[in-house]
Amino acid sequence: MPRVIACFKYSIDASELRIDPSTRKPVVEGAKRKTGDIDKRAIEEAIRVKERTGWTATGLCVGPQAAREAAREALAMGLDEVYILSDPAFEGSDTLATARLLAAAARKLGDYKLILCGEMALDGLSAQVGPRLAELLDLPQVTYVRKLSVEGEKLTAERDLEEEYEVVEVELPAVVTVTREINEPRLPSLRDILRASKKPIVYWGAGDLEVGADVVGEKGSKVKVADVYAPEVKRKGVIIEEKPAEEAAEELVKYLLQEGVLR
Amino acid sequence: MPSIWVYSEVQSVALELVRAGLQLKQATGWSLVSASLGADALKRAEELAEHGVDKAVAVSGAVFEQFDAEVYAKALAKLVGSEPTLVLVGGTKRGKELAPRLATKLDAGCVTDCIELSYKDDMIYAKRSAYGGVAIATMVSPLPLVVTIPPRKFEAAEKAAEKGSVEQVSLELPGPRVKVVEVRKKEVARAKLDEARVIVSAGRGVKAKQDLEMLRELAELLGGEVGCSRPVAADRGWFPQWIGLSGVKVKPDLYIAVGISGALQHIAGIRDSKIIVAINKDPEAPIFKVADYGIVGDLYKVIPALKNAVEKAVRS
Ligand SMILES: Cc1cc2nc3c(=O)[nH]c(=O)nc-3n(C[C@H](O)[C@H](O)[C@H](O)COP(=O)(O)OP(=O)(O)OC[C@H]3O[C@@H](n4cnc5c(N)ncnc54)[C@H](O)[C@@H]3O)c2cc1C
Repeated sequence: MPRVIACFKYSIDASELRIDPSTRKPVVEGAKRKTGDIDKRAIEEAIRVKERTGWTATGLCVGPQAAREAAREALAMGLDEVYILSDPAFEGSDTLATARLLAAAARKLGDYKLILCGEMALDGLSAQVGPRLAELLDLPQVTYVRKLSVEGEKLTAERDLEEEYEVVEVELPAVVTVTREINEPRLPSLRDILRASKKPIVYWGAGDLEVGADVVGEKGSKVKVADVYAPEVKRKGVIIEEKPAEEAAEELVKYLLQEGVLR
Repeated sequence: MPSIWVYSEVQSVALELVRAGLQLKQATGWSLVSASLGADALKRAEELAEHGVDKAVAVSGAVFEQFDAEVYAKALAKLVGSEPTLVLVGGTKRGKELAPRLATKLDAGCVTDCIELSYKDDMIYAKRSAYGGVAIATMVSPLPLVVTIPPRKFEAAEKAAEKGSVEQVSLELPGPRVKVVEVRKKEVARAKLDEARVIVSAGRGVKAKQDLEMLRELAELLGGEVGCSRPVAADRGWFPQWIGLSGVKVKPDLYIAVGISGALQHIAGIRDSKIIVAINKDPEAPIFKVADYGIVGDLYKVIPALKNAVEKAVRS
């Protein structure tokens, strides 16, 4: 059976990330994680493609054991199966190493027609994994897609670029990265959630994938994080509340004049 | 000796990369080389050679007519070769889909949206946003490395005293596998948000397209431009571009967020504003946490009132 694959990351939820006030460093350990907003659209789009083509919809996630939570949700939405690529040896993978793991998994699964990724992950924002995966699998890439359709072996997609929308066609298989605007991900019902509990979540570790130990994980990564800090926001925070609009506006103008930003 | 390559499909951005490249050249002593691909390649290479690169390489050919990331990555990988290199790519959307593909071909690391680059002990240090824009990370990598730099992060390089060499190269390349069948220009004119001194920015709290008029009037009065959050541009199509992490980063003297909740990704694009003003009816809206001044209230009342107050102030 042909497959549509959705790649997703169990990302750190930056909006809930705590910053250590003394070091200004994000407290990553124990931080809340979830599937990124855009990756969720990749999952949704894979399900829509499955609904139109009858292909198997498979999820791929490089992440910790706990990514099971995200996998459950993706299955409840409608994916048929999820593979979590998880191994202590994979930890610290940069974008190239991550793409290598995904490519190895896609090869092992076989018969992939369409591989969907989010434009970027919610935490890392690197926007690299899709194009890297395309290169590793020697596939064409179609990025920033806000609309797509699959007919037989052909994909038509509308890309959102700075100055224009570009409509492209490509023979499948291909790698596509989607934008936030491509769809509105469905909320699974209780029934979906119960039904999904029978669907398979498979863990693949280093022994399951044909990828050299020297090119994945921290050791196999070229780019490393030397330092991270959260710059302090120094804003005045003068809030005008519970005043009639006219009065509030005049007060604001007074402040702006003091700041010298009105001419 | 390693070299620094610069490439952007947008010539003005390529000139900015030359400046970034020259700074690194000074720190490293490496040579600075540019690549120009496609139509006018030679002309563009000539210009880059006049602006400080040691060598400007031009490759023309029909395969470059359409920007296909795969084809362009192949071409650049061939030019760059297997020597240790730092490749600077202009961080347009096209540049950002090209860079990781090129990096993979070169078996190299890649850092996108780099805001600061430096060199120490054979390693490149590249700063960028992390954790959804909450933090700044310093990434470190040996060569080869591909880095994208956002447009207008650097000023264009100035004319150099000495002109670099220009080299025309021909490459054997397969055509694109992706076929462009239609291009639709975004209708609405593109405001120069990254240069604007004042920006009045519309969020989803602005209900109808015609309501933008009142924001426009206010912006005009303040000598500024109207911008917006991502959903207002990307979902509603009222603007060709949005402000934020995945859009334009702005640095006006005055940024007025109107009916914008203040999502992290939006904030990441306005952080460099001198003064941030928020107008929102929800006192709990996160935008107030990053604002210098805020009015809690209905924008449909506050904006007309603000317009009057500004008019009064500038008259006196
Ligand atoms: C990876 C990623 C990248 C993203 N990049 C960007 C980006 O670059 N830029 C960006 O903007 N977003 C970006 N987003 C989206 C972002 O997360 C938010 O969804 C978006 O910024 C919300 O836009 P908004 O504030 O206009 O809308 P909302 O969050 O819906 O806020 C509307 C606000 O208007 C207020 N309001 C409503 N009516 C009134 C009224 N009558 N008077 C006063 N106030 C009123 C409400 O109280 C509310 O606070 C990105 C998301 C992701 C996942």
